[in-house]
Amino acid sequence: MIPKIGVVTDIRIDTPDIKTFRVVGLDGKKVFDHMPGQCAMLSIPGVGEAMFSITSSPTNTEYMEFSIKKCGCLTTWLHAMDVGQQITIRGPYGKHFPVEDEFKGKDILVIAGGVGLAPVRSVVNYIRAKRQDYGKLKIIYGSRSKDDLLDYKEILEEWMQDEGVEVHLTIDRPQEGWDGHVGFVPNYVKEVNPSLNYTVIMCGPPIMIKFSLANLKEMGFAETQVYTTMELRMKCGVGKCGRCNIGSKYVCKDGPVFRFDQLDALPNEY
Amino acid sequence: MRKLPIDQLSALFQTLDEKEALYIPADDPAAGQARFMRYREGLEMTHALNTVRSAKDFFFPQTENLVDFKLKGKEIEIIDPRTEHEDFVIFGVRACDARSFTILDKVFLADPVDTYYQSRREHGTIVTLACTQPEETCFCTAFGIDPAAPEGDARCWIEGDSLYMEALTEKGEKFLDSVKGLTSECGDEAVRAQQEKTRKIAEDLPFGKLNLEGFNGENMLKLFDSKEWASLSQACLGCGTCTFVCPTCQCYDIRDFKTNDGVVRFRCWDSCMYSDFTKMASGNPRLTQLERFRQRFMHKLVYFPANNEGEYGCVGCGRCLAKCPISMNIVKVAKALAEEVR
Repeated sequence: MIPKIGVVTDIRIDTPDIKTFRVVGLDGKKVFDHMPGQCAMLSIPGVGEAMFSITSSPTNTEYMEFSIKKCGCLTTWLHAMDVGQQITIRGPYGKHFPVEDEFKGKDILVIAGGVGLAPVRSVVNYIRAKRQDYGKLKIIYGSRSKDDLLDYKEILEEWMQDEGVEVHLTIDRPQEGWDGHVGFVPNYVKEVNPSLNYTVIMCGPPIMIKFSLANLKEMGFAETQVYTTMELRMKCGVGKCGRCNIGSKYVCKDGPVFRFDQLDALPNEY
Repeated sequence: MRKLPIDQLSALFQTLDEKEALYIPADDPAAGQARFMRYREGLEMTHALNTVRSAKDFFFPQTENLVDFKLKGKEIEIIDPRTEHEDFVIFGVRACDARSFTILDKVFLADPVDTYYQSRREHGTIVTLACTQPEETCFCTAFGIDPAAPEGDARCWIEGDSLYMEALTEKGEKFLDSVKGLTSECGDEAVRAQQEKTRKIAEDLPFGKLNLEGFNGENMLKLFDSKEWASLSQACLGCGTCTFVCPTCQCYDIRDFKTNDGVVRFRCWDSCMYSDFTKMASGNPRLTQLERFRQRFMHKLVYFPANNEGEYGCVGCGRCLAKCPISMNIVKVAKALAEEVR
């Protein structure tokens, strides 16, 4: 429960409502190591504490990054702060994506919507850094508009330039200066029509998840090959404060990464 | 087994209190009810069967400071407020509350260990007192608890004009040693006779045979989706009294309190019965009282046993039966849901 100090060394404005914060410890090094999909509790004392996914990859040995959407008390405060601000940080929390076992050697398909790219960027960059350990990497990412695409620069300049990495971007409505795909993510998944060999990681708004999963199943994907990462209100981060449970599982401790067949066995209360 | 003439009880308390802090269940004139109080000369044990609040405060206090912060411009200083706890004895804990500690242990001592709880737990000695007159709201036997043979570090029986004592752990031995001068070695015939009587009474308790067959992780979805929840929860006020008096309810909130020169981060009891328990900036997965009510009982009767080798998150102390303003309780819930799984 006793956090460490983190120093915000860089703030990147990603979209009109998402900023990415770079954090190191007082000694200028990473505060702790993590695995892709794990989270950290960030706080401004007196304002609040909340769980955020660590968007940077563990292979980044210099710092951690958090992509945070402005939507409540704490996030509004974080969006208003300047470089040099100290925050408190504790973690890492939760089960990570099975990058060392189930994902090894597999073709990976990442489906993300909006700020849902934040938790999966960590796994994308982890796989990009360890290309030889995995098969093909396909990414389908959509947002409301071109301006709402998170990490757009990194996607264009790094992800799209990698061999064996295929990125499909889409935005909800036509927009001037956008000659890419237009349409919702679930439909785009059908259009891209990935082969059934892919292991799927999905993160985004509930409505996107619901329809994308339905489409994947229609295409022949099994729930056992589709992973997601969940988010519920948390206080302790270690499965004791009692509020982030889905049935008998705590999202902070047993999740946030779940396979859809695991979620199916739990009450539909999230 | 050792015994002490009952008129020497005050002397026993005095001796214990000289060594470490002693708490006994007593009638608090200010509150008009029985509660655990720090012993002082003249304080007598209550005649009430149990305290109104449970004994969980000793290890999981209602509020507790976790960490302090000093803020200066953009800088934050973190201060660890933890201090070493002193040894203490809780005397007169009932069998139900004694079991609640082992249930709380399964939460707070599970990896990662909650060091705040652990420290209190290590410093506390639990001396239990066997029941002789269980009340109609008692149903500890439904959870395999024997009110005539409570768990704890040491246990006692009051029979006739004697207090009988027996140690169960190393801490209990230490406790018995510390009052050795006042007690004498004795046989257990009187205790056994009392136990037999108590067990007979317990057998006839109206809810003592509450059948929880089928309440397990395998039936999670069946029980969750039961139509009974709507009518069961209809009158629930969401007052949270049940969670407040419950010895096993351990959900907590973490909040910040701004002081003159910094911030105190504390945890305090919270209740799944409250609407903001799961409220997020993006929405709330438990929007109505039905969902919150269901969470409480599913947690105790299904989720907790699913994670803890079948052990339920209830000890049958009956406090929620006695205190709920709309007379709803876990017994009614279990009975109503029974048909879903049998």
